[in-house]
Amino acid sequence: MEDVLKKTCLYDAHVALGAKMSPFAGYMMPIQYSGIVEEHNAVRHAAGLFDVSHMGEVFVDGPDAEAFVNHIFTNDVRGMEPGKVLYGMMLYPHGGVVDDLLVYRLFAPDSYLLVVNAANIEKDDEWIRAQAAGYNVRINNASEAWGQLALQGPDSERIVLETLGLKEASALGFYEFVDTEWEGERLILSRTGYTGEDGFELYTSPAATCALWSRLLAAGVLPCGLGCRDTLRFEAGLPLYGDELSEEISPVMAGLSMFCKLDKPEFIGREALVEQKANGTARKLIGLEIHDRAIPRAGYPVLTPEGGEVGVVTTGYHSISLDKSICFALVDSAFAALGTPLCVQVRKHVFPGEVVKKRFYQTNYKK
Amino acid sequence: MSNIKEGLRYSESHEWVWVDGKVAVIGVSDFAQAEMGDITYVDLPDEGDSLAAGDDFGALESVKASSELYSPVSGTVVAVNEALADQPEKVNEDPYGSWIIKVEMSDPSELDALLSPQAYAEIAK
Repeated sequence: MEDVLKKTCLYDAHVALGAKMSPFAGYMMPIQYSGIVEEHNAVRHAAGLFDVSHMGEVFVDGPDAEAFVNHIFTNDVRGMEPGKVLYGMMLYPHGGVVDDLLVYRLFAPDSYLLVVNAANIEKDDEWIRAQAAGYNVRINNASEAWGQLALQGPDSERIVLETLGLKEASALGFYEFVDTEWEGERLILSRTGYTGEDGFELYTSPAATCALWSRLLAAGVLPCGLGCRDTLRFEAGLPLYGDELSEEISPVMAGLSMFCKLDKPEFIGREALVEQKANGTARKLIGLEIHDRAIPRAGYPVLTPEGGEVGVVTTGYHSISLDKSICFALVDSAFAALGTPLCVQVRKHVFPGEVVKKRFYQTNYKK
Repeated sequence: MSNIKEGLRYSESHEWVWVDGKVAVIGVSDFAQAEMGDITYVDLPDEGDSLAAGDDFGALESVKASSELYSPVSGTVVAVNEALADQPEKVNEDPYGSWIIKVEMSDPSELDALLSPQAYAEIAK
């Protein structure tokens, strides 16, 4: 790496816990502590705590904030109530993805928080500023001033109530948040996550992030690394920017049209998506299960039963929760229908399988 | 500190070899299994496959990564530990008890190029 890797506020804590550390998105991040399988299962059956302070926080406010966010974002923020969160993407005019993100409608008037992927913070900041001409808005990339933890799993609400004393948690539905305080520091408590389970994301200062981390671990919550964050999000059918969404992979190709409101009068990339919806795309993202324990990993070829190469694996695992070998793959659209027989070449062997739904695991979100 | 068993030869790619006459019994070291983490799949060759020293003959897979296996010696695969297909975790639990393949050696002098336990200890850390 040419650039020096950045560290989150919890770097020393991760090292002290004996985490396996690895570069990710320009940061030195914990991949695992006790082991990916144990951490994954803790989130599915109890709770786990992730340091996701590498994620980016960009604040947008000003009289034109609603119109501006709606211009750069695929989902529809018009009339969004304070305390609500929406998932969507920022697109290039040709329909490729700048980034996928969460938009928070903050409680202050005309005020939004955009939570973006760590690898894209600088690119997104430049992109957002470049689109702002003619809009009366302020754009503040405050990523360095904010830490973020994700507490995920069915026990999360109880832990937030009992260990952190944040009674506001009970009233929050999925994709809702409160702007509150914890021990005198501003805290955004959000019922969101990237695991397919109920849980919370907690945004606060780096110092308070460290204090929250210590408090939650002292209460017995298992620290979890980015290794199981990927296995969890994958099973839940959630895309990772760079693998399932990119400048080349549009939300229509990825099957994420439900987060693109084409009935909005305009947003960047809208015309391209309308065209893709009308005429179809050459490739589509699918779920694929193979009937063997072999693991279909990113980059492996996807073949027809006759041996023709029709696509490539984008993410794959032997699923921890489902005990199946499954993957996302980008394939020629002619082979994307559910039930289509397809094979994956794993090193020297070819394993048969079939197209299945991308949401491999039944998610357990708060209603 | 990983366990390095006496009485075996080691490769720089972390396989161990136990020599039984003309047959080399091959597995992976304790260091290798610990580095891999939970092993979920062992990709095995077929009996009768012929291998040159340094050829990859299969792979170990953990949740996150796959790691190729390399034959320390040349010869013919005469036995494959099929039990590992159903119980890949045995490699984690007992790396020196979990042989992966047996190779009838065509050139036993290749063993001389492998590492002693003491020499292997220098790289397994």
